[in-house]
Amino acid sequence: MSASSASGTLASDISARSGAHDPYRIGRHGGHGHAGTGQAEGGPASRYVTVTYGFWIFLLSDIISFSAFFAGYAVLSGATAGGPTGRELFDLSRVALQTGLLLASSFTCGLGSLASHRRDMVWTQIWLLATGLLGVGFLVLEAQEFVAMVADGAGPSRSAFLSSFFALVGCHGLHVGLGLLWLGTMMAQLLVKGFRDDILRRLHCFNLFWHALDIVWIAIFSLVYLLGASS
Amino acid sequence: MLGKLDWSAIPIEEPIPLFAALVVFLGMVGVLGWITSRGWWPYLWREWITSVDHKRIGVMYIVLAALMLLRGFVDAIMMRTHQTATLFGEGYLPPDHYDQIFSAHGTIMIFFASMPFMIGLMNFVVPLQLGVRDVAFPTLNSVGFWLTASGALLVNMSLVIGEFARTGWLPYAPLSELEYSPGVGVDYYLWAIQISGVGTLVTGVNLVTTILKMRAPGMGYLRMPIFCWTSLASCMLIVAAFPILTATLAMLTLDRYLDFHFFTNDGGGNPMMFVNLIWAWGHPEVYILVLPAFGLFSEIFSTFSSKPLFGYRSMVAATLFICVVSFTVWLHHFFTMGAGANVNAAFGIATSVIAVGTGVKIYNWMFTMYGGRIRFDTPMLWAMGFITTFTVGGMTGVLLAVPAADFVLHNSMFLVAHFHNVIISGVLFGAFAGFTFWFPKAFGFRLHEGWGKAAFWFTLAGFILVFAPLYLVGLQGMTRRLQNIPVDGWAPSLFVALAGVGVMIVGAACQIVQLVVSIRRRDSLRDETGDPWDGRSLEWSTPSPPPAFNFARLPHVEDEEPYWSVKQRAIEGQPPEVPVSYEPIEMPKNSPTGFVSAFFATLIGFALIWHIWWLALLGLAGAYATFVVFAWRDEAEYEIPAAEVERVDRARLETRQAWYRRREEAA
Amino acid sequence: MRAKQALCRTTCVTAAAVLSGCTNGVLDPQGPVGAGNRQILLNSLAVMLVIVVPTIIGALWFAWWFRASNPRARYDPGFTYSGRIELIVWSIPTLTILFLGGLIYYGSHELDPRKPLGPPDQAVEVQVIALDWKWLFIYPRHQVASVNELYLPAGQPVRFRLTSASVMNVFFVPQLGTMIYAMNGMESELNLQADKPGELYGQGAHYSGAGFPGMNFRVHVLPQVEFDRWATRQRSGEAVLNAETYAQLAEQSQDVAAYSYARVQPGLFDAVVHQILPPSRGPDEGRGGSPDIHPQPLDANICTVPVQTSQTMRPDLDGGG
Repeated sequence: MSASSASGTLASDISARSGAHDPYRIGRHGGHGHAGTGQAEGGPASRYVTVTYGFWIFLLSDIISFSAFFAGYAVLSGATAGGPTGRELFDLSRVALQTGLLLASSFTCGLGSLASHRRDMVWTQIWLLATGLLGVGFLVLEAQEFVAMVADGAGPSRSAFLSSFFALVGCHGLHVGLGLLWLGTMMAQLLVKGFRDDILRRLHCFNLFWHALDIVWIAIFSLVYLLGASS
Repeated sequence: MLGKLDWSAIPIEEPIPLFAALVVFLGMVGVLGWITSRGWWPYLWREWITSVDHKRIGVMYIVLAALMLLRGFVDAIMMRTHQTATLFGEGYLPPDHYDQIFSAHGTIMIFFASMPFMIGLMNFVVPLQLGVRDVAFPTLNSVGFWLTASGALLVNMSLVIGEFARTGWLPYAPLSELEYSPGVGVDYYLWAIQISGVGTLVTGVNLVTTILKMRAPGMGYLRMPIFCWTSLASCMLIVAAFPILTATLAMLTLDRYLDFHFFTNDGGGNPMMFVNLIWAWGHPEVYILVLPAFGLFSEIFSTFSSKPLFGYRSMVAATLFICVVSFTVWLHHFFTMGAGANVNAAFGIATSVIAVGTGVKIYNWMFTMYGGRIRFDTPMLWAMGFITTFTVGGMTGVLLAVPAADFVLHNSMFLVAHFHNVIISGVLFGAFAGFTFWFPKAFGFRLHEGWGKAAFWFTLAGFILVFAPLYLVGLQGMTRRLQNIPVDGWAPSLFVALAGVGVMIVGAACQIVQLVVSIRRRDSLRDETGDPWDGRSLEWSTPSPPPAFNFARLPHVEDEEPYWSVKQRAIEGQPPEVPVSYEPIEMPKNSPTGFVSAFFATLIGFALIWHIWWLALLGLAGAYATFVVFAWRDEAEYEIPAAEVERVDRARLETRQAWYRRREEAA
Repeated sequence: MRAKQALCRTTCVTAAAVLSGCTNGVLDPQGPVGAGNRQILLNSLAVMLVIVVPTIIGALWFAWWFRASNPRARYDPGFTYSGRIELIVWSIPTLTILFLGGLIYYGSHELDPRKPLGPPDQAVEVQVIALDWKWLFIYPRHQVASVNELYLPAGQPVRFRLTSASVMNVFFVPQLGTMIYAMNGMESELNLQADKPGELYGQGAHYSGAGFPGMNFRVHVLPQVEFDRWATRQRSGEAVLNAETYAQLAEQSQDVAAYSYARVQPGLFDAVVHQILPPSRGPDEGRGGSPDIHPQPLDANICTVPVQTSQTMRPDLDGGG
């Protein structure tokens, strides 16, 4: 099988068990499925496996960079330099709404993925659109919070605590924003190109990315907002 | 319109950088003109710039590294000569220039010489050793390379447009904050490192995935060549450590650009946090550099002793041990910051525990030689130079890990001598050894042995001559980064070190001559068989240079040294398995994505350094467009017809058989 | 101005010439801490040399003996694993590190910079402020201060309290031993002692910007009687160090000749630590927009600013810091 005859390969590459065709001739596009054993009896893993695996590793590194921002926040959370503390600033009801939106978007993202497995273009697009809209809602709320804080003189320049808060939460927001750009591009591509293998792989990676952002948000929600508002 | 950029950015009153830049500029114009006159642009564009072939990218990494190594070496020469000159007068570098030079020297040597050299070797060798046709993400590989090149370009641009950082190779806050470094120097540093750091990270992700998920059939973890193991360890460290660097520098960037207070003196900032975070990356970074070198030395000891590596599993264990422990030692870089005695002791002991892993490796290399039949070709000489001098460097490192001793050695020339001792004998000798070892594989002819040996001896002698006196002067209390020398008693050591620099220059010249001579005599140095050193792992089973697809059929691996056993079987008279038929091979198509995205990255970096906001936005839009164009393409692969595959592979088998016949006749 | 600059330069060069006679570095300690550092250093070195020297010799000998051209060497390509050798190979470095670990633990406790060298009330306190680019030493007992020149009584434990007015630096007198960081908004502590009278070389040991190489200072170790006499003599001078003169002093300047203050406003050091006296300013511009500024040597008449106030600065421990 070859990449150019995309129409013929619809179902082949998305599942992890795609080793039926001779893999070694190509070494790239095909490949054996069961690469989890590490014994590599089957030679190079399939494209689906390598892409997903590589993306996992990228996510891991991304989470490490988040953890550096978390560490910064933990160190500086007391350094308010006479400025406002989290207790005075955080509005938990808005944060709860943000959390709801983001978790819902993860759910719709999963539904989109399921629809794409069925090769159902309409529902895939609908669910992805819903994901995007929920993400936009999340960002709007976050922007609202930031603007309100800056207007109150509690911008990132006020104290080290606020610097680390804006950097950590802003970094997550930036990820969501970039995710939305990615999502939009991918939706357009899906519409134009159809359920092509590489697009399906990207869709899968997007799912991973979006769920990882959820996990990071849960950490922010509990460590920054809940702890900050209660202490 | 142009942000902070105006004519005052050009250091017209400082002749040295201007002259250097002029030389570089004329050199570049000359090279570009030469390429144009030869009409090589289409070839370069098609075969190199847009190439996603891991071998080509590996070679380009090494070319970049070699150029940057020369640049960093020139900086080193200036520092040594200037310091010695200040014993007699003012020297020739004013403080602001001298401070840029030592900062640039460290930055360039670590980020743009050592890293690309090691990554280049990994890129070239790992897929060949794994018996596969390319890395997991070929286009990403090209992106990684070009982003590294983009960072290097920015660092060199700072020579003429503005200034480079004057804060050392790690910009300790608060000195690097806007308050104390208001110029663009630190911004050049930040964006150059961030851009190339992204490149490094994607390379790390790429190689980890390649090694864990793409191996020839039958190559289980414990059948991987040791170089693949150390590359895996190094790349896992990249994946785990570089995000910390990125985050830390992002915090500093926010401080400088948006008035945040992460590391500032005021506003509750915490400069010590910068020191902790940067070394949480910085110490693993040392192992990112040296682990691949350990791996390739292992290959060299084994190949030139004509023996398998002694204690392979023990080596793997030691590698992973180093890999894990390297994350628990960062505090030893600042024992003198006043942490308590227990904290210092804990980190001191953790640090010296790393030496166990290294010690095990050294003994295993010794026992690899034991019972061997050792050939002293140039790569083996570098390996011998490494094993002896690195042991000394490791010892002084453990000495610095003893807090009570570090209390008088921290930041001294002893420290400088120590890390040059380990990085030169570990990474640089490793780079040269690997370069000589795999050069015939990449280009189809060997390097000239005589000049290579001369280069080795001069470099080794010069290296000892430079750094032995620096150890001494460190014990005499001399601290690092001094723009002038206040104590006459340090002079003798500095003179000896200067003489050593002279010897090292001869060594470097020998390397260049070696390359030129080898290219001119390439016909007599031709490597016909693809196996010039009687190698043991799969890369030597391919022709030199290997075809784009590396292997006509992926080899089936049955033991730890697959190619060695193939040869043994052939020598025992078993005919090699000749494929009856060949099939077409699909390979990834070339893509300008890497080059174009690096172009935009340079633009963004430059725009942000000079606060030209519209240009930064333009660059971002361009980068986004590049990725969309890449994502939109319909065909990612091209097909190499079966006939072509057959032609290449039959030729390989024939030369191989001719070699066996010659060997039999000789025997 | 230019003449003054030249004069300053000459003083520094002379100082350097004098200094050069007396630096034998960390291997020639002049106090108990330095002696301890050296002892640990040499002990650790000895422990490791026992292993390292045979290893290097062994590596060279193996390589030489098993050279391809040596017919007497036995070629044994099957020798790739030996459980016994593996055991030795792992245990040699492990044992060395165990041994060294003892030294590490002992040394870092015994030579903890915070550990007093005698009864705490006997120690002479010296407050050290790293400035851009000079050292300020305050002697609270005598309420005098000196710049780029440190006076210590011989045979007396000295307790240094250190901070920085701007960027990080390290206070280091090689022959007295242990160095320590000085950081803005923070206070570090170091206990040292000089055994006998003499002149020592001290320096900043952490790069701090353009004027960094000029941040070295002479350490005058005086017999106790002379030290007291020196302090009394200082008090007859006119220069006063208070918030105002401190602000002037904290401006960037390089290659500053040594001089001293006759009076020091009490609490000045704590005020710097707690940032009541704010961190000192950096240069105004770097390259990129406008030409670089090269800091000028300190104006000499800073030493003669008259007394403004003798009010004690009270560190406000709750806020600000």
